[in-house]
Amino acid sequence: MPGKLKAKVVAGRHLPVMDRASDLTDAFVEVKFGTTTFKTDVCPKSLNPQWNSEWFKFEVDDEDLQDEPLQITVLDHDTYSANDAIGKVYIDIDPLLCSEAATVISGWFPIYDTIHGIRGEINVLVKVDLFNDLNRFRQSSCGVKFFCTTSIPRCFRAVLIHGFVEELVVNEDPEYQWIDRIRTPRASNEARQRLISLMSGELQRKIGLKVLEMGGNAVVGYLQCFDLEGESGLVVRAIGTACTLDKISSTYTAAIVQNLSNSSPSKDMKEAGFGEEAPGVPLSSGPPTPLRAQTFSSFSPSKSYSRQSSSSDTELSLTPKTGMGSGGSAGKEAGPLKALLRQQTQSALEQREFPFFTLTGFPPAFLLHVGGVVSARSVKLLDRIHNPDEPETRDAWWEELRQEIKSHAKALGCHAVVGYSESTSICEEVCILSASGTAAILSSRFVQDGALDTDHRFEDVAPPACGFCHIPYDELNMPFPAQLTYCHCCRRHKVPDVLFTTIDVPTEANVTGKGCLIQARLCRTKKKGQGEGNATAISNLLPFLEYELHTQLLNKLKLRGMNALFGLRVQISVGDTMLLGLASATGVYLTALPSPGGIQIAGKTPNDITYEQHISNMQKKINDTIAKNKELYEINPPEFVEEVIGSPIPEPRQRSRLFRSHSESSDEVLELDLSHGKKDAFVLEIDDTDAIEDIHSLLTDAPTPPGFYSCNTEIMPGIYNWTSGLQMFTSVRVFRLSNANLTNQGLNKIFNDLCENLLKSLYFKLRSMVPCCLCHVNFIVAVPEDELIQVAVTAVAMSFDKDQSQENGRQSGDKTLMKAITENEEQLQFPLELSAESPSNPLSCAKGLSEVSGPLPSARVSSLEKASPVPEGRSRSLRSNRSCPGSSITVVKMTPLSFIPGAKIIKYLGIINMFFIRETTSLREEGGVSGFLHSFIAEVFAMVRAHVAALGGNAVVSYSMKECVFMENPNKNQAQCLINVSGDAVIFIRESELEATPSQTQSGNVQTSSNGEGT
Amino acid sequence: MSVELDVFVGNTTIMDKEVYQLWLNGYTVNDAVKVRMEGGVMEECEASAEVLLSDTMDQFRTFQMCERLLQNPAKLANQLLFQIPPDRQAMLIERYYAFADAFVREVLGKKLSKGTKKDLDDVSAKTGITLKSCRRQFDNFKRVFKVVEELKGPLVENIRQHFLLPDQLARDYAAIVFFANNRFETGKKKLQYLTFQDFAFCAGQLINNWTVGAVDNMVEDMDVDLDKEFLQDLKDLKILIADKDLLDQHKSLVCVALRGKTKVFNEMETNFKNLSRGLVNIAAKLTNPKDVRDFFIDLVEKFIEPCKSDRWTATDVNLYLTHYTNSAHILDSFKYQTVWTRYMGVIKSCILRMYHE
Repeated sequence: MPGKLKAKVVAGRHLPVMDRASDLTDAFVEVKFGTTTFKTDVCPKSLNPQWNSEWFKFEVDDEDLQDEPLQITVLDHDTYSANDAIGKVYIDIDPLLCSEAATVISGWFPIYDTIHGIRGEINVLVKVDLFNDLNRFRQSSCGVKFFCTTSIPRCFRAVLIHGFVEELVVNEDPEYQWIDRIRTPRASNEARQRLISLMSGELQRKIGLKVLEMGGNAVVGYLQCFDLEGESGLVVRAIGTACTLDKISSTYTAAIVQNLSNSSPSKDMKEAGFGEEAPGVPLSSGPPTPLRAQTFSSFSPSKSYSRQSSSSDTELSLTPKTGMGSGGSAGKEAGPLKALLRQQTQSALEQREFPFFTLTGFPPAFLLHVGGVVSARSVKLLDRIHNPDEPETRDAWWEELRQEIKSHAKALGCHAVVGYSESTSICEEVCILSASGTAAILSSRFVQDGALDTDHRFEDVAPPACGFCHIPYDELNMPFPAQLTYCHCCRRHKVPDVLFTTIDVPTEANVTGKGCLIQARLCRTKKKGQGEGNATAISNLLPFLEYELHTQLLNKLKLRGMNALFGLRVQISVGDTMLLGLASATGVYLTALPSPGGIQIAGKTPNDITYEQHISNMQKKINDTIAKNKELYEINPPEFVEEVIGSPIPEPRQRSRLFRSHSESSDEVLELDLSHGKKDAFVLEIDDTDAIEDIHSLLTDAPTPPGFYSCNTEIMPGIYNWTSGLQMFTSVRVFRLSNANLTNQGLNKIFNDLCENLLKSLYFKLRSMVPCCLCHVNFIVAVPEDELIQVAVTAVAMSFDKDQSQENGRQSGDKTLMKAITENEEQLQFPLELSAESPSNPLSCAKGLSEVSGPLPSARVSSLEKASPVPEGRSRSLRSNRSCPGSSITVVKMTPLSFIPGAKIIKYLGIINMFFIRETTSLREEGGVSGFLHSFIAEVFAMVRAHVAALGGNAVVSYSMKECVFMENPNKNQAQCLINVSGDAVIFIRESELEATPSQTQSGNVQTSSNGEGT
Repeated sequence: MSVELDVFVGNTTIMDKEVYQLWLNGYTVNDAVKVRMEGGVMEECEASAEVLLSDTMDQFRTFQMCERLLQNPAKLANQLLFQIPPDRQAMLIERYYAFADAFVREVLGKKLSKGTKKDLDDVSAKTGITLKSCRRQFDNFKRVFKVVEELKGPLVENIRQHFLLPDQLARDYAAIVFFANNRFETGKKKLQYLTFQDFAFCAGQLINNWTVGAVDNMVEDMDVDLDKEFLQDLKDLKILIADKDLLDQHKSLVCVALRGKTKVFNEMETNFKNLSRGLVNIAAKLTNPKDVRDFFIDLVEKFIEPCKSDRWTATDVNLYLTHYTNSAHILDSFKYQTVWTRYMGVIKSCILRMYHE
């Protein structure tokens, strides 16, 4: 019994009137954890009750602590009839279980009711005393830190990046249980909320266990999703990247100690426990099993120092999907050293079942080469989950998909997949599972376990900034025909002509000009169908959808004079009568890659004069647009003498690096020719109306208004001096198609207009922030009903200073600043911290810290808090905001990015993962669907902010809305909406405040370490 | 084919001042869009009518959701639903409680009852202010009235604290509450030339000098009701006109003081008894609520109009009232000096304010 949870109910305010007669409320509170419930006294006749209860104590297992939320119910006492519930607060106490996160939860929480929304607020205090038990990590995994951030969080340093962790749990959906027919909507919603809260707690605990087994202490890039499968159940699944993180203020030694201590081989940790199916289950499509087996044998950690072509060779020959003959393997210019490195990394990675990383940003010198996007989809028919304890089917589905991704990566000569993510789209009983990522070659620096480490740190010699663009595959043995040139930066290695990736723009990348958001949008009608037939129809449509999306992306990229896409995210949503495809990415001009050629239009009927004229008009328009775009995005690359290296394939057609497939009915992966002619003349053939439409849509994409930029990545290349102006927002639109018999083109136009208009509205709304950039623009499309299209956008608008060059007298130039801004604070910060500590003996304090890290975490945290370099006034204001009720409210910033411009994150307080349901039976009275959803989203924001403030934080970073399921029935005056949001609660301080008190910062740090030593 | 749902929610609630004003003015969404289009916001930002409509709808909805909080401004600062920077909050509140002079002149001094509210469509038609906006303004008056009715302490301060209003606006509301409570008649034709600010000034004078709160500052309704004792005492001033000797004495003192100092000396001299009778009679009748209501009418009829017809300048009026007040102090047999000062101080400043040349 290793934990004591304590909760105290202080007061309430702004309660609703529950007794019409007196216009007052007799409120009391039930505090429930697990099966234990405590009650406060009734505070009669008050809308602002003061309970000031005793401390309610729950003695519980830490397993329960991780799984269960603390449930607080506010009720109105009624002498004669049943007590009426006013609303509830669920508090996730996970942040209290982690030594370095929050120590107490205290603050005003909105009291939430699934029917009425927020009804007043309640002030609660929660604490946890953890008794340390030597065997404590049997079922629980307290202490593992979780981050939604998809890069190494600021103020941490990666010691080891262990790799992929995944888990899923299934259950019956309470909404579909028989009991739902007799209980109230409120009861059913609450059952659902509670169940999902429980399930995500359990999921997190199980993932934590896996991390501990791997020897890690944190999960970065934690992505948790719900699949509401309706009748067949409820799936909560999560993926993430297990890491060993080190607080940045402690020194290197600690890292090494930890590094050495964890020598458990990665292999058995993966295989052990958790009912995970045996590796290499034969799947629908052929290759995985033999592939795995062979890879394992050929890559037993050999000490073959000679350069081996076998790596790429074997892989390629083993992936018949690519349809490539495995050619000779000579003439790779990489030196033996590099090859050796590669082997080592490879072997370290190969041992893993899935060498996947959910990260999109990486520590310096980790990402060596990028192959391209790999993606896989499969269409499944949902069936009832019979035994929730053994979610094999769902596991097997994902396993299958991941194998596919892995083999695609191999075909690209890559041993790892980065920027990896998974998603689903469900319509009735059909479910599309998607997985995508970027094939890459990683340095061994962070991935090696144990023995291979430490001595061979070749890659400490930083690779050139253009390194990641260099092709990872064998030039003579390319997985697809491509046009290679010498790198425009180093001129020594080969680079492809376009690069598609799902990751962020690497900080070291040389980018010419600015980037922009590029979207490909597509609608395809589909016949209504049922069961197997429907699934087959969908899987037959998928390849075409993807092909067209890809073509659109490529065209739009060229039209902007750019040559690379980052943060590519392709969503396919399925409805009864249509499929929606939306691909979003940020286009940039990578200096290392060749300049893209223009777009040439060719007609099929060359004899018709008017037609010719029409074509030449269009051609002119296109050329003008390209020229304008180049000016707009400041793309003026340095002149470079073109020396195209002959592509080994005689036909001058090229293919982009998009590997995709879909399984289910066909074993054969459709290999699509995703190219459109040769480099200089990128020919678009106008042979039918379709193509004309395409070109029109190409040209009708409105440019962003002056002063605006947009991207879907963390930062915008080419913009460095952000101001503190920050506005996160969510916008949702639902469009009703009144005409059921629409053509594909008609649908396309509607969908395209919908997205364009939405963007236009956003620009207009945010015009006061100009000059400004919309970052991390994230579209979620859905087909909630037959004739409805729903688009939800979450993004952050950040304003920046216009005159960049003169501003803040940058001595260090673009690069350094950019680095400072993006995730690698490590680089800047580390030496800074060191110098701050150098007066005292750095070694001794390091030792002190590493010793401390185990036994008494809470003590250390408090000392840290005391010594935190927050200027006095500020910290007081923060504190007072929390402690004294009635005072003004802490401002909580929210951003989908992992950082806050101009500020430093000093502490991560834990993950925020919330799920809410809202339902109404008086839709009209609440302002119709818009009014209903508007207030619900505002309420969700409010609850997130309140939880963060209660943890002592003042911001949420890496915020995302992962689910927004909206259902309406206007005839019955009803609507329901489900929203799932997540993010990392943090404390940040403005850099200006930091600068103002540099001496304090230093002394603070020293104090921290010495305090640590003391304990 | 239509947009069925369209919302935008920012972590910091976005509110456009201009749109807020349109909402406050009671425009419909479509009218507001028209006004915005004419205002040229479209050209400025390359927006289409559609975008403008969506933005306007969205903001109107936000304001509607906020309205509940604006009606209790203290809540706005303590609520969690909308994250609004403090300066924005202040702006929202100030504008929500702002009112049109044209409107307030119509209801000033009227009972803030349902009956009056029903007549608002007439007011709307007369002033050209939308009915919706009239209702908001009226409800604001009523709300403030109801809240301060039950509070102790100084009226202006109570309003400022309770509704977080800036000082000037709080004073204006105090005037409105004061007028509504005492039901001063302000709508008569003869009073039409007076602005709300004229009345507000007078109300300030009355509140500061004639109410219970002027002497004792911890009584309920202290600033809203006139000091009954004082009103009773005012009856004693009648002696100034009732006693023939006193009246003559008073007149000669004033005449001596003013001779040669004003161009309207002759008119003043002939009118003295009439004017003095007018002012003292007003004082003597104030115990009667009906006459309290007619206070401003009486001032105009009994004093301002006669002076006007004789072409007094404001300086003349000031000179006259100063000496009229001071001379009474020299009268030996006149014993009600304190009451006289308290009465005449207010009368003088009110008349001067109301005397438009």
